Amino acid sequence: MRITVNGTDYPVPDDVRVSLLDMLRERSGLTGSKLGCNQGACGACTVLLDGERVLSCLTLAVQAAGREVRTIEGVAAAEGELHPLQQAFIDHDGFQCGYCTPGQICSALGMLEEFRRGDPSHVTADLAGGQARFSHEEIRERMSGNLCRCGAHNGIVAAILQFADAGAGE
Amino acid sequence: MSKLQNAIVGGVRRVLGQVPAGWLPGGTPDPLIQRRVSLGTQQPRIDGPDKVRGGARFAAEVPMDGLLYTALVHATIARGRIAELDTGAAEAAPGVALVMTHRNAPKLAVPPPIGMTSMKAAGNNILPIMQDPEIRWNGQTVALILAESQEEADHAATLVQVRYETERARTRFEEAKADARTPDSILIEKNRLLKGNAEAALTAAAHRTDAVYRTPWYNHNPIEPHAATVLWKDGRLIVHDATQMLNGTAGSLAKVFGLKDDQVHVSSPFVGGGFGGKALWDHQILAAAAAKLAKRPVRIVLRRSSMYRLIGGRAETEQRVALAADARGKLTALLHHGYSVKPLHSVCDEQYGLTGRSLYACESFDIVQHHLDLDVVANTFMRGPGEAVGTFAIESAIDELAHDIGMDPVALRLRNLPDRDPVSGAPHSQSDPAKAWQMGADQFGWNRWERRSTRREGEWRLGLGCATGTFPYARMPGMSVRITVDDEGRATVASAAHEMGMGTATVQRQHAADRLGLPLERVDVRIGDTSLPFATMAGGSSQTASLGAAITAASSKLAGELVRLAGNDTPLAGLRANDLEFAEGGLRCVGDPSRQESFASILRRAGRRQISVEGESSAPLEMLKFAMHSTSAIFCELRVSEATGEVRVTRLVGAFDCGRILNPKTAASQFRGGMIMGLGMALTEETLLDPRNGRIMSASLTDYHVPVHLDLPEIDVLWTDIPDPRAPMGARGIGEIGITGVAAAVANAVFNATGKRVRDLPITLDKLL
Ligand code: FES
Ligand code: FES
Repeated sequence: MRITVNGTDYPVPDDVRVSLLDMLRERSGLTGSKLGCNQGACGACTVLLDGERVLSCLTLAVQAAGREVRTIEGVAAAEGELHPLQQAFIDHDGFQCGYCTPGQICSALGMLEEFRRGDPSHVTADLAGGQARFSHEEIRERMSGNLCRCGAHNGIVAAILQFADAGAGE
Repeated sequence: MSKLQNAIVGGVRRVLGQVPAGWLPGGTPDPLIQRRVSLGTQQPRIDGPDKVRGGARFAAEVPMDGLLYTALVHATIARGRIAELDTGAAEAAPGVALVMTHRNAPKLAVPPPIGMTSMKAAGNNILPIMQDPEIRWNGQTVALILAESQEEADHAATLVQVRYETERARTRFEEAKADARTPDSILIEKNRLLKGNAEAALTAAAHRTDAVYRTPWYNHNPIEPHAATVLWKDGRLIVHDATQMLNGTAGSLAKVFGLKDDQVHVSSPFVGGGFGGKALWDHQILAAAAAKLAKRPVRIVLRRSSMYRLIGGRAETEQRVALAADARGKLTALLHHGYSVKPLHSVCDEQYGLTGRSLYACESFDIVQHHLDLDVVANTFMRGPGEAVGTFAIESAIDELAHDIGMDPVALRLRNLPDRDPVSGAPHSQSDPAKAWQMGADQFGWNRWERRSTRREGEWRLGLGCATGTFPYARMPGMSVRITVDDEGRATVASAAHEMGMGTATVQRQHAADRLGLPLERVDVRIGDTSLPFATMAGGSSQTASLGAAITAASSKLAGELVRLAGNDTPLAGLRANDLEFAEGGLRCVGDPSRQESFASILRRAGRRQISVEGESSAPLEMLKFAMHSTSAIFCELRVSEATGEVRVTRLVGAFDCGRILNPKTAASQFRGGMIMGLGMALTEETLLDPRNGRIMSASLTDYHVPVHLDLPEIDVLWTDIPDPRAPMGARGIGEIGITGVAAAVANAVFNATGKRVRDLPITLDKLL
């Protein structure tokens, strides 16, 4: 079994204790995914596993065997051009130190997918009313698992809103 | 700090008071204040593309062959000694390369303390590290494991057996008061301030308020954990660190390991948030010691819980503030007495006692602070040290006084604005808090304020509050840069300065472009490595001004060197550096633009590829002659649930008087970031210490609550943008002022909404039910 990360296959670590995050950072040279707390509290390690956002510090690498992982390194186009959401983060200054940023971006991509398929959130007012209206409030609620200590929250929400409004989903 | 130091600082101030301003640094306002091209414009971060791609490389991400991983075992008692230690099972565990304890650790000197005297020192916890069986705080490292993988190291750490002999420890704030120390100085100021007769004025006053305010321990909690990748090579120590004190760390490590300064190399191009916490602590020293024993490179990444145990936070404080005013709201007395924790092995004052010295004109002052010695990890500076907690106490008290008088709290503040330093009488370099108040009040709509809010929405009571923030200007002497100009007309500015998210390189590139008369694209900035010219720490909101002064100094030298190189065969012949200005990619004569020559042309004619000069930030005498403080007006709107006591902040506005703003994009982020940390301080953050054994109970991000997206409204920030003629580029630092004043604005809004005055941070739900 292999783990596919951004289209490339990697071996499953033989030590079953290895988290997906440590497999990426320490064994695959993919340090874009960040370690913040190693216990599911900060979101810095967020990656997409078969398109769903997961906390890679709480996911064992073996759980990803035979599945597809997309990390921040796989978000920009192969030719190196920035993904529009990445560009929106720059435009709105949605980061300072940049350490939470890969997690915020991966989380936002997963979150928009959840939103599109109609998953409600805690602040969705009308659960029976079909698709929730996309708003600052919805983004804030759905992104609250991604901490930012630099306080770039306003810029992050603005970047996600700009990207979502542009309909530039994938 | 000592009586001697008080005398020296006092003496210098007195002398400078007589010296004409024109003789001092900043005596002639920086010409760039009038001549800005790139400065003052919105510029995106130059490291932005790397950061959004995940390509910016942090300390724990430096690849290295043969790395060993680290796990730590922490003491579980606050005071005593290790009686028995069994490391056998850990040593025998798979993958383990070394178990280091006090029995086999190499000899290590105590790290030299961060200080005003040595720029090469960065130590916080001034204690022997793993040199003896003594335990001095709950959380101290008793064993370090090195293993081939993180998983193996973590497992082996669980196998170390320790039995302690416990001694009575000092872990209670209240009990430590009996032995409180009263230092002579706080930072470089005299601690005790007595002016007029505050006690008498309090007794006689028409209006007074007298109350005690409390703030808990706080932790910086950058999202990047403290980390280092360490290597010994040919007798040299190489550390890839996450630090806001590069040269301080290098100099300290040299002392600890008995090396020469040039035998230590520290690199830290990106820091994932610092806020005062990313300095030299035990972990870098332990990792380097272990790497030395194992003869292998080592990576250490502190677990979040280890960060609470090994990295000190903002000290707990208890502050009494008493204010007196006449019938019209003129302040007649300001008394500020308090206690904060500062163990003997700590070097950082929590200088809340300085806050009240600059904010208001007042007839009498009585200010002093006392230190409590506890068996805890050394406290340290955290964003807005002193002022963050000092403004909570004083600005809550001002609100209480305004309520007592029946005055609008904005009007009360405006009535008492000082026109010079209220204590020393020194003139302000620039100060216009009234304008900040006006701008903020307009933006916020303060005219909706009522003495006791009557607004409600269902279970929610709505309230408005405001407070002043403040932070002093600082510029460090000794900050240095090298400017290199090449024959293509490009300039490179290099310094071992720091990037923790402030946008250091982005802003100094704007500065250097304007200073050297170059377009932005022709300037590069290199920072973050001790192979570059010596830099002072990123602290005290001083880095921008210090780098600004260093670049200015280097550019003057550059003009002199270039005109010398140009010789006689140039339109510049016969001109001196003073007659020259940088413009259009070269030098030209002031007042005669026809006499001009480009860098490229001068260098080529001289047969040179490039020219390099170094410049250094001079002694910051302007700080001693002038009162140099930034101020802010913070406005908060919130609602409080009658059912649960929950507080939701719905609006936050900050108007700042900080001199010139250099890059509105990154500056707005700095202000907002500080204000958000202020909201956390006000409402949710608190490090909980078990008073029985000094153990930190909230050692995780699930127990220590930093604000998250849903807690945060859109935050409006504005600035007066009035240049400070005494500061390089007209700008005072802005990294810390954002947090100040916010907690008081929140507490005052809670009072406005509910009638409950909470004087004990954070304002959690239980305090409102
Ligand atoms: S590192 Fe995974 S949630 Fe914090
Ligand atoms: S940008 Fe620093 S933690 Fe978010």
